[in-house]
Amino acid sequence: MSTLILTVRGLSAKIAGQQVVEDVSFDVPSTGVTALLGRNGVGKTSTIKGILGLIERRGEVTFYGDSDGDGDPGVRLDRQRTHRIVQRGIGYVPEDREVFSKLTVAENLRLAERDANPRREFVAELFPDLVARSGQLAGTLSGGQQQMLSLARALINTNRLLLVDEPTKGLAPIIVGEVADALEEAAKTVPVLLVEQNLQVVRRLAAGAIVIEGGRVVHTGDATELLDNDDMTRRFLGVHAEAGGQTPADSEATS
Amino acid sequence: MSTVILLLITGLGLGALYFLIASGLSLIYGLMGVLNFAHGSFLTLGAYIGWEVARVLGADNWAVFIASVLVGAVVGAAFAAATEFFLIRKLYERHIEQVLVTVGLALASVALFDGIWGTDPIYVTGPSWLGGTTEILGASIPNNRFILILAAVLVLLGIVAFLKYTRYGLIIRAGVENRSMVTALGIDVRRAFTVVFAIGGAAAGVGGVLASSYYGYVSSGIGGSLLIFAFIVTVIGGLGSLSGAAIAAALVAVLQQFANFYLGGTGDFVVVLLLAVVLLVRPSGLLGSKA
Amino acid sequence: MNGVKGFLSRPLVKWALAGVLVAFLAILPMLAIDIPGVFPGPTYTPGTLQLIAFSMLIASLALSYHLIFGVAGLLSFGHALYFAIGAYGLGIALRHFGLELLPAILLTFVIGLFIAAAVGALSLRVTGISFAMVTLAFAQAGSVLIRKNPGQLTGGDEGLALDTTHVPDMFVGVLQTKNLYWLCLAILVVVFLVSSWFEQSRAGHVVAATRENELRVRVIGIRPYFVKLLTFVIGGVLATIVGMAYLLLQSSATQKLASADFTLTLLVIVVLGGVGYRWGAVIGGVVYTLLDQRLTAFASSDAVSGLPDFLRIPLSQPLFILGTLFILVVLFLPGGLAGIPGRIARTRSRTNEPRPAPEKNVLEERE
Repeated sequence: MSTLILTVRGLSAKIAGQQVVEDVSFDVPSTGVTALLGRNGVGKTSTIKGILGLIERRGEVTFYGDSDGDGDPGVRLDRQRTHRIVQRGIGYVPEDREVFSKLTVAENLRLAERDANPRREFVAELFPDLVARSGQLAGTLSGGQQQMLSLARALINTNRLLLVDEPTKGLAPIIVGEVADALEEAAKTVPVLLVEQNLQVVRRLAAGAIVIEGGRVVHTGDATELLDNDDMTRRFLGVHAEAGGQTPADSEATS
Repeated sequence: MSTVILLLITGLGLGALYFLIASGLSLIYGLMGVLNFAHGSFLTLGAYIGWEVARVLGADNWAVFIASVLVGAVVGAAFAAATEFFLIRKLYERHIEQVLVTVGLALASVALFDGIWGTDPIYVTGPSWLGGTTEILGASIPNNRFILILAAVLVLLGIVAFLKYTRYGLIIRAGVENRSMVTALGIDVRRAFTVVFAIGGAAAGVGGVLASSYYGYVSSGIGGSLLIFAFIVTVIGGLGSLSGAAIAAALVAVLQQFANFYLGGTGDFVVVLLLAVVLLVRPSGLLGSKA
Repeated sequence: MNGVKGFLSRPLVKWALAGVLVAFLAILPMLAIDIPGVFPGPTYTPGTLQLIAFSMLIASLALSYHLIFGVAGLLSFGHALYFAIGAYGLGIALRHFGLELLPAILLTFVIGLFIAAAVGALSLRVTGISFAMVTLAFAQAGSVLIRKNPGQLTGGDEGLALDTTHVPDMFVGVLQTKNLYWLCLAILVVVFLVSSWFEQSRAGHVVAATRENELRVRVIGIRPYFVKLLTFVIGGVLATIVGMAYLLLQSSATQKLASADFTLTLLVIVVLGGVGYRWGAVIGGVVYTLLDQRLTAFASSDAVSGLPDFLRIPLSQPLFILGTLFILVVLFLPGGLAGIPGRIARTRSRTNEPRPAPEKNVLEERE
């Protein structure tokens, strides 16, 4: 078994007093993409937000990002405030992009820079479109461009872990491919915990898969194995394994 | 015609005063969700301290007037920053309790002002030009109106520049739109809270010194009575919107002046009516984005 | 310990205790209890009766505000308006319309009902801070109207004195203070009963549920708007009734009654007593009034005037002390005065079992 970047033990989270995540435990390996799967409303986004402390949470979240070697005792994230957690090297790409619509593209990026040496060239290479539109208000970008900006905001810093929440949601098929390309490029250097409804994207990027149902983890294992198993896919995700080969537009209808 | 000019410019002068309070209220609410009832006290303290400066250094002197405005700004900013740091911060994200604390502070501080400076209004004088009038298209306009408008424009430009060109400004603008996403980018948004309070307090402190020049006196109630209209301006303009506050301040004050003159002193009613209409037709205000 | 607490928390026992308390208050004018420092004289003297009666009225008013703020979770900044309508409505009906007392009361009641319904219907279309602002604006309009003195009706800044021509003799004059005292006690009891009844009614449960989670109430097919409006109107009308009694007790109404400051005072009282507790509003009202009165006496006492400036100036301002006290309660005592016994009990039982957070959810903002 490879080394871990993050372990989650008994995580529970609440939104407005309502339990949305209950006793969730899983590991995120220190390389590659790990997919966090499950039907809509099962608590995937809340799990991510709970890790980041964006919602009220309980449980043990340990981050092994401070050294590359074994024997890293890890740091507990579950008592820290969000900005401290992020400063440890955790990049976040939220659901629905959440770009600052009244700030320009350049300002959105400038706000996100927290390293002494932000990777501006890397981001400019990855998303040339954003460079061309740097003076434009983010609110006037298309959905796909906003998603690129949201990704760029995370990638402009050197992270030790990326938390990416439904990056292809509501995007046109051709854009989905571009987002997946960018993620694949990013995943070469940093582990990713990815929430994703589009199983085609999951099949392409993810090594491991964690399935959540009703706020709890119900399955952990290899992503391809899961997607190849018609029975499990239907049971856990409510779609046929064929969905792995379906177009994103179709998978949108099931999400 | 001259009456219209007089009402218009006097209205804009009063609007400038409203804006000096509403700008801070709006920024504070926009970023932090706190409705600050103590904001009037920032203004009142600025007015009293400004008067003290003038009293010590001599009233009829431009340098002293400018000094008292600046001191008013500094005192307002310090009072506001202390309020945020010692009272508001303890109640992070508990908005109603934050409002309650500012209510308590407003009550206590006004009482304290009464205790220190007495309950009778203190009459102030400034440079003699301020007390005079200038003829514009046949209307005699009291000169302090021009100073008020000038000050409000300068404060507006200053805040806009701060928001546009500094990193704190960037954080504040982003935080008004989506506070939790700012923290999710690794930024401690709370530090910006103290900054907006200080900015709002400074603007209110300037407003205090100028308000005492506009009314001709300082009293402990001066901030509270302006505060209600500043609230109305803030809500009409759209909570969190600086330009909304500027437009609404001018609109409300001019409307108030005209209604007071032509509709038999009904200015305050017209303003309340305007607020009701705006909220019912457009609950988020003229330029507000969130309801 | 638990036995006693369990016994005390039984509903029947609670009501019995309340009954004993009311009976005690009712015979107070016949007794000569003297608590120096709290009351200006023995309890049978008009001055003390007047003070207690006044504090009971403020307690009743706080109860009516408790319905709106504590139960329905509506942060109204305009509650003073309905109180002022009661005081001024009755005063104008008696002085300028020359009505007998009973028709004047009825007329004022109807006006209070009508205005509360109209303002509530309008302002409840918005929520949160906007609601607070609209209610504040309407109250401000009322305050301006009173000060403008239209048709010489309100007396402007001078205030409006009670015209006693049509008021029965039993309610007029210092010697009749004990009758007014009983009237105020009766009003407190009635307002308390109405509040209890409303909170335990179906509408009361629905509006409390709306406060906690409006969405869930909508889901089960109830429109929260109407129960909120009902609560707003009941609270407003109760305030109008209290306002009428205020006029009889104090013999005059001043424009201060409709001011935003007065609503803020009510807010202070309810929070001081403990948001969400019926008894809290009553205790808060009584404590606040007595404090306000006694602090004023304290402020002008020799003990204070002999102090150095930096102590004398703050201590000579009752509102400074009350405001500071209020801030401390908000910061350190979330349940207010009524929450203290619960806090003590929790501290004692903490070793046994952890309990859920003590603070009621009332203070959470809902947009």
